[in-house]
Parts: sequence; structure tokens; C-alpha cells
Amino acid sequence: MKISSLKLYALAYLVFLYAPIFLLPLFAFNDGTIIAFPLKGFTTDWFAKMAENDTLRHALTNSLIIAVTSSAGATILAVFAARASTRYKFKGKGGIMGLIMLPMVLPDILMGMSLLLVMLEVLRVNLSIATVILGHVIISLPYAIAVLQTAFATLDQSLEEAAVDLGETRMSTFRLIVLPLVMPGIISAFLISFTISLDEFIVAFFLAGNQPTLPTYIFSQLRFPSAIPVIMALGTCLVAASILLLSVAEFFRRRGIKRTGAKDTGGFL
Amino acid sequence: MATKGESWLRSESAQGYALISPPAIYALLLLAAPLATILAYSFFKDGYLTVIHEFTLQNYVATWSDPIFRVILIRSLIVAGLVTLVTVGLAFPIAYYLSFGLAPNQKARWIFLITIPFWTSYLIRVFLWKVILGYNGVINSALEGIGIIGPNGLIADPLQMLNSVGAIALTLAHAYAPFAILPIFVSLEKIDRSLLEAGQDLGESRWRTFLRVTLPLAMPGVVAATLIVFIPTVGDYVTPELIGGGKMPMVANLIQAQMLPLDNRPMGSAIAVSSLLVVAALSLVFLWLNRRFLRVGK
Repeated sequence: MKISSLKLYALAYLVFLYAPIFLLPLFAFNDGTIIAFPLKGFTTDWFAKMAENDTLRHALTNSLIIAVTSSAGATILAVFAARASTRYKFKGKGGIMGLIMLPMVLPDILMGMSLLLVMLEVLRVNLSIATVILGHVIISLPYAIAVLQTAFATLDQSLEEAAVDLGETRMSTFRLIVLPLVMPGIISAFLISFTISLDEFIVAFFLAGNQPTLPTYIFSQLRFPSAIPVIMALGTCLVAASILLLSVAEFFRRRGIKRTGAKDTGGFL
Repeated sequence: MATKGESWLRSESAQGYALISPPAIYALLLLAAPLATILAYSFFKDGYLTVIHEFTLQNYVATWSDPIFRVILIRSLIVAGLVTLVTVGLAFPIAYYLSFGLAPNQKARWIFLITIPFWTSYLIRVFLWKVILGYNGVINSALEGIGIIGPNGLIADPLQMLNSVGAIALTLAHAYAPFAILPIFVSLEKIDRSLLEAGQDLGESRWRTFLRVTLPLAMPGVVAATLIVFIPTVGDYVTPELIGGGKMPMVANLIQAQMLPLDNRPMGSAIAVSSLLVVAALSLVFLWLNRRFLRVGK
């Protein structure tokens, strides 16, 4: 196991991971209706067409509403779960956490179809973006918890004890000591959940009814060859947006770790 | 008695339960209850446009006696198995490099680089593989460009790569790559480096130290990676639809067809429960086969 040849392999692997993404801008700025080589000329028409598209704007608005609401919900629930699982011992903790973290391994289609069944057959409610929000909270919750568990686990418990010794109540200790220290983790968890929701297709496909979201809109357009260049332009914007969101999330995650004085052991997920 | 109740309320486990209850109740209502509903519906009768709430095993009999279901289930398992093999096989050296070949301050940056593609538009990433592998796609036009494909080349016609199990597996392997790297990386990070020195001090070669110390200790991560890739890929909907061109359906496509267009929800539920049971059984067998390594970590 030579490290230098491993490094070469790792770099090749990164190229494999990024290759499809590098193709996106090539076709988004390509002055041709067919997605194939050789490239024609440079154009920004597809971005202009994208901006004019009303259905797309509707889908974007829906997706943003869903992403903001569901990631706020997931982050709040994740604070409870991460705090409980890192700070307290109680019977059945493993089982309860196992249930909450289950969506990380369950195929998304199971979540989509089971929630569809409950909404239509048991609760008899109409599908809307509200039903998508409920589903997205369940899907992003485990990822938000994973980020927050690191934040809570690196907390030095003696800081809290000191605050209690100095006369603070448990609530005020949480507000004055714990919350500021885990704040970067909370922001990071919110951004991760936001990225997941914005990109989630299958649950939205089952639960949105006739409301478009960005991924369901993209999926419906992929069948029409003439719509592809606009989708490539949209994809370029989405990739840029999620790289930005994730970089900010990573920035806050690292700052949180630095604030609690722990060692950085790796990324989120 | 009041003091006993009070002290319980202040006790650690009471606080733990109080804190965990909001997310736990949410998961019970929106995860456990819906999954239980699928199970219940799989035993109900399907009437026209309605569901008759009577117990029947008919959905399961119909599911398992349908040769199409068996073909699709086996295809899903083969694809997921291939994807897992490729993903975990390619991921191990990367995880090893991240853990052993990098300075501690570089690790977070590499992991960030590896996870970014995972978070960016899944649908578009899958579709881009269609662009890469297509008849006029990147690979075929590149081969034409350097003269391998063409009237005077080695091959006369562009390669037909889409609508195949291999193309579906390649696309999914790309999509799930980080999922395999991270659990292996975590278990490699846990290995006490002095164990490796001890192995070499006692006269083992680097290769044998790897085989006899590193690999067994990394197995819990490999097992986790295998399951975390295998289970979701069995149930993938998008890739068979886009890369398989709808001609290579997998279990999720079958379930979706029963749940939405065909509107036979008991049947869709029975297919989902049956597939889930098969996957769960395979996962348990896999865990049992690796029980030796999993005990080491405890």
C-alpha cells in the first residue's frame, strides 16, 4: 500500500465523482438544442428562457417554502434528539434513536408511499406542499441529528456545571452557555436539511399532488429533448447554489468545533 | 410518595425522555405509523376505486406467483449487489488514503470535496450519465473523435450502453460513492496506530499487517457501508426510469405503478412489504456472516 499511488487513485476518483457535474455548464452555455458533442457556440439564451418560465418559477417558490419550513422543523426536532442522546442516559434510547435515524437507510420510496397511504386513505387530506413538508422533516431529521450530535458531544460538561454552581437555572444555562456553543452546529444542520429538501424528488413526487417542486418539475421535463438545455441551465444554478450552501454549512460546522475546542474529526453525513 | 415522584421527575432518565419525546413522537406518527399502515394495507382487499378492509392473503399470493415480480426483484437485487460491490471496492482505498495518507488538518477538506457531489441535484446527476453513455453521448463522440468508432475504426457503430443493468449499476455506484467511503473512514480512524507498529515490530510485512490487523478492524465500517449502499439502491426509482429507459424496471418502479397509475394500493403495499422482507433477510444473513468482525468492535 504505497501512499503516493493511493493519492493518484484518490485524485482519479475525485475526477470520476465530479465529471458529470463539469458537463453541466458546458451544455448550459452551449448554443445548440441537442445535448451532444461537439459543442456549438456560447450562449446565455437557456438562462434567459429559464428565467421567463412561469411553471419553473412556481416550482421554485414551492420548493423554497418547503425547504425553509421543513428544515426549520427538522433542525428544532434534531436539537431535542441530539441533546437527549448525547447528554442523558435512559432506557430504550438505542431503540428510539434507531427509529428516528431509520430514514437514513430506508429507501425513500417506502417513506413516500407509506405517507401517501396515510394521507389519502387514513387521514383523507388533500395532497399539497404541506404534506411534502411533513415528509421532508422525517427525511432530513437524521442528517440534522448527525451534525448536531457532533456539536453536542464536543461540549465540555464542566462549563454547564460551573454555570449551575454560579446560580443559573437549567434553562438559563442552556440559553446562555449551551446554545451559543452549538449555534454553528444548528446553522449547519439547518443548511444541510435545506439542501436535502431542495433536492428531494421521490417523496415530493408522491406527496405534492398537482403542485410542482423543482425536482418533480425537472423530472417531468427530462422526457422532452427540447426542454433539456433549459434544465441544464437550471442544474448549473442548482449545483452552484448547493455548493454555496454546503460551503457555508461546513464553515459553521468547523467554527462550532473550534469554539468548543475539540479536534476536527471529519465531515458531516 | 410525592418526594419520590419529584425526584423521578428531576432524574436523568425523566429529563432524557422529556427531551427525546418531540422527535420520537414525530417519528412514531410520520414514520412508524405509516409503515404499519403499509403492512395493514397489504392484507386488505382492493375494490374498484376503494379499499375493502377485510383480511386477505390474496395480495401476497398474487405477488409471489407473478413471474414479473420475481424477475424484477431479482434484477433489483443483482443491480444493488453489483453497485455495492463496485462502490465498497472502489471506496476502501479512498477511505484508507483519507485515514492513513493525509495530515489531520487535510482530512476535513477531502471529506468535504467527496461529499459535495452527493448533495447536488440527484436527478440531474443521473440524467448526466444518460448524456455520457448515450448513443450520441460523450463517450461515443470521444471515441469517434479519435477514430476508434467510425467506418475506418475498430468499431463500426457507436456503442449501445444505455438501457442495461451495467449502466444502471454504474450510475448508482457514482451516486452512492460517499455513502460507502465515510463509514469505512470512521472505522479506520478508530484503529490504534500502535497496533500496526506492533505488528511490524513482530516481523509481519506491511501487507500482512494490513491483512491481519487493519482489515479485520475495518470490517465493521465495511459492513455498515455495504448495508447503507445496498438497502437504498434496491429501492431506487429514478435511475431505472432514466438510465434503463423504463425497460428495466426495478422494485420501486413496480411499487410506484401500483400506488399511483394503477391505484391498487393493497397490491403496492404487498410488493413493498415482500421486497422489504427479502432485503431484511439478506441483510441479516450478511450481518451473521460477519459476526466475527462485528464482535471485535464491542
